Amino acid sequence: MTDGGPIPPDIEPGPLPPDAEPVPPEDEEAAPTFAARLAFMQRAGGIAVPIATALLAFAIAGLVVLATGHSPLQTYKAIFDGAGLNWFFPWVHGAARQTAAFNLQETGLLLIPLILTGLAVAFAFRCGLFNIGGQGQYIVGIVTGTQVAVWFQSLPGPVHIFLAVTAATLAGAFWGGIAGFLRAATGAHEVISTIMLNWIAIWVGSYLIGFGGPFQDSSQPGVPVSREIAQNTHLPVFWGSPLLQGLDIGFFVALGMLVVYSVVLRRTTLGFEVRSVGFNPDAARNAGIGVSRNYFLAMAISGAFAGLAGALDILGWQFRLDVTTVQTASQIAFTGIAVALLGRNTAVGTFFSALLFASLINGTSSRNLDPSVFPPELAGNLTRIIQGLVVLFVGADVLVLYIWNIRRKIRRRRAAPPPSTPVLTE
Amino acid sequence: MEDATPVLELRGITKRFPGVLANDSVDFDLQRGEIHALLGENGAGKSTLMNILYGLYRPDEGEILLQGRRVSFSSAKEAIEAGIGMVHQHFMLIPVMTVAENVVLGTEPVRGGIFLDERGADKRVADMAKTFNFAVDPEALVEDISVGQQQRVEIMKALYRDADLLILDEPTAVLTPQEASDLFEILRTLRREGISIIFISHKLNEVLEIADRITVLRRGKVVETVPSAGATQKALARAMVGREVLLRVEKRPSAPGEPLLEIQDLHAEDDRELERLRGVSFNVCAGEIVGLAGVDGNGQTELIEAIVGLRRPIGGRVLVADREVTSDGTRKLIDEGVGHIPEDRQKLGLVLDFSLAENLALHAYRKRPESRFGWLLPRRILARARKLIREFDIRGGGPQTRAAALSGGNQQKVVVAREISAEPRVLVAAQPTRGLDVGAIEYVHRRLVQERDEGKAVLLVSLELEEIRSLSDRILVIYEGRIVGEYSSETSEEELGLAMTGGRHAEETEVPA
Repeated sequence: MTDGGPIPPDIEPGPLPPDAEPVPPEDEEAAPTFAARLAFMQRAGGIAVPIATALLAFAIAGLVVLATGHSPLQTYKAIFDGAGLNWFFPWVHGAARQTAAFNLQETGLLLIPLILTGLAVAFAFRCGLFNIGGQGQYIVGIVTGTQVAVWFQSLPGPVHIFLAVTAATLAGAFWGGIAGFLRAATGAHEVISTIMLNWIAIWVGSYLIGFGGPFQDSSQPGVPVSREIAQNTHLPVFWGSPLLQGLDIGFFVALGMLVVYSVVLRRTTLGFEVRSVGFNPDAARNAGIGVSRNYFLAMAISGAFAGLAGALDILGWQFRLDVTTVQTASQIAFTGIAVALLGRNTAVGTFFSALLFASLINGTSSRNLDPSVFPPELAGNLTRIIQGLVVLFVGADVLVLYIWNIRRKIRRRRAAPPPSTPVLTE
Repeated sequence: MEDATPVLELRGITKRFPGVLANDSVDFDLQRGEIHALLGENGAGKSTLMNILYGLYRPDEGEILLQGRRVSFSSAKEAIEAGIGMVHQHFMLIPVMTVAENVVLGTEPVRGGIFLDERGADKRVADMAKTFNFAVDPEALVEDISVGQQQRVEIMKALYRDADLLILDEPTAVLTPQEASDLFEILRTLRREGISIIFISHKLNEVLEIADRITVLRRGKVVETVPSAGATQKALARAMVGREVLLRVEKRPSAPGEPLLEIQDLHAEDDRELERLRGVSFNVCAGEIVGLAGVDGNGQTELIEAIVGLRRPIGGRVLVADREVTSDGTRKLIDEGVGHIPEDRQKLGLVLDFSLAENLALHAYRKRPESRFGWLLPRRILARARKLIREFDIRGGGPQTRAAALSGGNQQKVVVAREISAEPRVLVAAQPTRGLDVGAIEYVHRRLVQERDEGKAVLLVSLELEEIRSLSDRILVIYEGRIVGEYSSETSEEELGLAMTGGRHAEETEVPA
């Protein structure tokens, strides 16, 4: 119609198939859902793609290090040591081993929320939803968990812990469920609603523990923090000193959740429904599966993972909630998106990519990075660069799909006999 | 008209696709100020011919003469420059832009070198709308106007680029009857202004109403070109459908029992909230196949969706074995024993990224023995899948193979296996053999007859008359959302074709038993 316009004639005349369609387009995947695209990526690359993605990100970030006049290899070694991963080397002894253990315990503490917020994103992905609301769900969980642990001081420890963790998990589920409900009932896109719910959580949380807020510690009116949680709700530390932020049993809870995630998706009827809705909501509906119901459930379960992350952080090592955690530190939930993307929404993948990001964050922190190798004040940015590159490369699956499609088109064209080859000019 | 050089002449156009002769030395000509209809069934080669004319395909043989001059287009752009405009079934408009902006897009009037002359554009478009009686506000946003008006914007786009030859591809398929008659008014105005029009359709009444001449295509060949004055629907239907020998399915006479599916005065709307089902009533009894014949878009989709619970009817009732199931939703209907072989197997029938085992378990996953208390039992799911794959002769993979890896015929077998193995009481089969090869078609047909013989009620919806006639024990014809007649399976294709296109004869309608 128009010149450069709606039907570029040099592209295969998609909207105009010959009405005597010679080859039924069986392999055409029309407008793939996110889950379908992801499945495609998994088939296309398997484990090689995420590893290549991570290596590429490290390589490019290495160039940045080089540009600042430092050695990339030495810097990465320093980050590796800063994360405490050298603890696994048997030849590290003495004081170095003590430091490594201490660093690794800190990395482990970061691993817990990263695994869980990663799962919060991954579970929704499997239902075809993009949960950006991990931060809000984490905040709602941490505020609820804190307050339940502050209240009920007379309860016995295990019961109190169970209560706080359950309340936080349900609060996260509720927060995620709101977005799921809105999607199911009104079609409001979960990306938009979860972002808005994040801000609501940030500011409600800030009000509750901020100056003059109902949950603020009244004994220190000048500090925006909550009261200290009950002593008997502190999670037991199994490695390191409880006073120096050793690794608590929340670590095993997170590992357990990886198993739960995998089992729910693969072995339960709920997971079957979630996955079928994620791949093809139309076929799921035709098979009698409630698409709306699954949208709600998937978002609620996602929120539960994030809410649990909040509870384990407060009961594990923070013990009191401050406004900085609500407003800034909660952004760790955003890293959960990168974790899920790089981990390809599998349990094992989520564990390893969470370990990668936890190590990066901890290894580049100003406390842990050897300042003679790379200035720690710059190193935090390095983490963000790598994280950003990972998201960028993972998000490039559209590009890969695109290239794939072109290849297929060319093959098809070759398969057609020459006389009927559409002439491609202009 | 006769003495002048034709605006367009196609001589001996032949186009082959792998395995298909889409156009077989087609001759076609168009006079100035003429509406020439191109009539034929789906797959007769109409669109291929028009895509050749529009520069999207190259003919293997034959030539195109425009105003007596030989031309050869290698792209749509060249065809447009030569004065050919095409209005596709699916519009290519930008919804957030105004009518005028859409019309001038690509050839915008410019002021002072770079600035879009909006007022100029509006005025030119308004003038054009007035000349041709388009009744479209140039400043309205395209997303706010009706489909009929959007189609007019497409026509205006072509006219704005000085087209004097318009191709309309099934223009009424998306229109309401009122919009269609408005369109015809516009086409008559265009004809008076000397525009030549090719009107593609498979609806006989429309063609007779609007066209000056009619060319009938069947299987890529021109059957005849006749002036519409003096042509009859019956004669056109015969030319369009032909008299091919039928491949008959082996089956015994039916022994219908109790009605298992009852539809009572069903009304339903499509997604545009147009009433597509206008009071449909019929029964399907145990042990019979009832064929529903009709031209695409006469309410079949809405009827199927209403029966299987995908669409909430706005009136009427659906009963399965004397129990009302109207608006019960798909899960309830599956439990009531309604099986559904959907028209679009890749969209509705299968989860392509699931394995065959998962696809075969898509209904049964929530019940024993596939699952217990919400836990899937993979070993049983796999065992059942293996059994069904053997029983239904699904080839190209095992239980763990992804459905997308299978050929169309085998994908359809997966759907058929799942639906039939659920032992439904009522089986709704929509276009069950679309896109399948001969062997798979025969297989699906045999299974449907077998289901009938086992006392199931089978409703077969198809656009293929041959399929309907060879399988059905009774044939219902749907036209514009109503059942317009009931026929025996012996009824000729011509007669059915006539009823399907709205030309019914009251005396041929049997009274339902």
